[in-house]
Amino acid sequence: MAEQERKQPRRNEPAREAAAEPVASHDVGGELTEKIDGLLEEIDSVLEENAEEFVRDYVQKGGQ
Amino acid sequence: MSRSVQKVLGTETEFGIALRGRPGFDPILASSLVVAAYAGPAAIHWSYDEETPGRDARGFGPAAAETDTGMLNAVLSNGARLYVDHAHPEYSTPECLDPLQGALYDKSGELIMARAAATAVLGPGERLLIHKNNSDGKGNSYGTHENYLMARALPFEEIVRHLTAFLVTRQVFTGAGKVGSENGRPAVSYQISQRADFFEEEVGLETTIRRPIINTRDEPHADPALYRRLHVIVGDANLSEEQIFLKLGATALVLAALENGRMGKPLELEAPVEALWRISHDPTLRRTVRLAGGRTATALDLQREYLARVAAGAMRDGVEPVYARVLALWEQALSELEADPLSTAGYLDWTAKLALLEQYRERDRLAWDHPKLRLLDLQYHDVDPQRSLHRRLVGAGRMRRLFSDEEIERAAAVPPEGTRAYFRGRCVAKYGEAVISANWDSLVLDTGRAALQRVPMMDPLRGGRESVADLIDRCASAADLVRALGGSDGRTGTQTASS
Repeated sequence: MAEQERKQPRRNEPAREAAAEPVASHDVGGELTEKIDGLLEEIDSVLEENAEEFVRDYVQKGGQ
Repeated sequence: MSRSVQKVLGTETEFGIALRGRPGFDPILASSLVVAAYAGPAAIHWSYDEETPGRDARGFGPAAAETDTGMLNAVLSNGARLYVDHAHPEYSTPECLDPLQGALYDKSGELIMARAAATAVLGPGERLLIHKNNSDGKGNSYGTHENYLMARALPFEEIVRHLTAFLVTRQVFTGAGKVGSENGRPAVSYQISQRADFFEEEVGLETTIRRPIINTRDEPHADPALYRRLHVIVGDANLSEEQIFLKLGATALVLAALENGRMGKPLELEAPVEALWRISHDPTLRRTVRLAGGRTATALDLQREYLARVAAGAMRDGVEPVYARVLALWEQALSELEADPLSTAGYLDWTAKLALLEQYRERDRLAWDHPKLRLLDLQYHDVDPQRSLHRRLVGAGRMRRLFSDEEIERAAAVPPEGTRAYFRGRCVAKYGEAVISANWDSLVLDTGRAALQRVPMMDPLRGGRESVADLIDRCASAADLVRALGGSDGRTGTQTASS
């Protein structure tokens, strides 16, 4: 669970900080895209298999 | 004079449940396995009846769960209640003293569910999934409720008049987000709230059908002459710690301002139920709703108005630091939502989820009706820390936290210190075997005497650490405790009564 270690509460969200870096915008864009791609790949690896079947079978009884 | 906001509050969450590897599983049985897995065979049962506690309701285990699939109930050492309700595992936090504590104990419920799912006794190839969400995307909804202790002196009609528009519009910062619409509402790609589609009345007693924006359940679990418990059923289950804090804090502030006579003229919507759907279905936040009298306003406009009134009242009356923090976060959320809703993706579930879905749509060129988007939506809410997409966003530094894992672990074990939950939790931890049953306002102890001993706890604000810690530390057994209480100790607000 190393990647889930606590983050200190912060006033500024990280995505905006990245966007506010005073460097050439295409560099920042490239870095951001890489970061996003990395995260999506990480998420791909933990997603339930067979999305269509899983979503179809996910039926709950109504509650409150 | 400084008026304190101090508001006892808590949440109740029904979790979604799925058993992979067993098609057609029984959700009540699966929920029972969850409760049994966590509470264990020595579980202390919840008592529904204050007057005649069930004397033989003692203990169950995974084996018993196979036959006893009814109302499994446990009281935990942190003062919370873990049980099976409406085919869902449900967690009710202990009574908390402020929204920060409320958010912490709400999060402890996720940890408890995750631990339960990991230890439940399952068949080969089976895996238990628990989701902190409110809808299956197929028209079935289950609740996340908030409870706020209020002064009975404030007429309920006043609460209805002032609170309806607040509850309808607060979804802009309380929503958990959802792909699509349900329950016969117009088709949308994505909406702000998990729950909005399911509300059909303005005021009512129901919670499972024809759900009302204001629920009239009047069950204070405290002295009814002094208190009412406002049972808020129109809210989403949130994963974001900061969002839970904001949801509880802003609502408590509005209620306190109302009690203090600081709300002015009520903001009343012409058609609150339609407004609830309409706002949820517009993630751009531009849509307006009509107020009684004809004026139109956006949800953000109305929230601005509530914030201004509450902040003005706080200026006059003073406010505790934790609520000053709520005011600052509320202001920040409204400003950022106004500028660009996605700029709140660091701390609001609905925008965090929307940002993630948009990135998937772009990378994989997915239409909004693609099952993968529904899977992402669902898995955002998974309580398993490895599978939870919310946790992935936190891990990637895209979402903020308020608490450390250690703080949440502690809250899963020990009660909050300022309310009667402290007495309940400590008794469960120390005198476990002797605690026959418990509920919000009493404990029943078996001290070896012929009659069971009932300890009433009618005041939620009494029985905290300051008043009972020494007593519990000093008493080695439940019998000692009852003796000490009976000896007109007087400090606990509790007294013995034979059952």
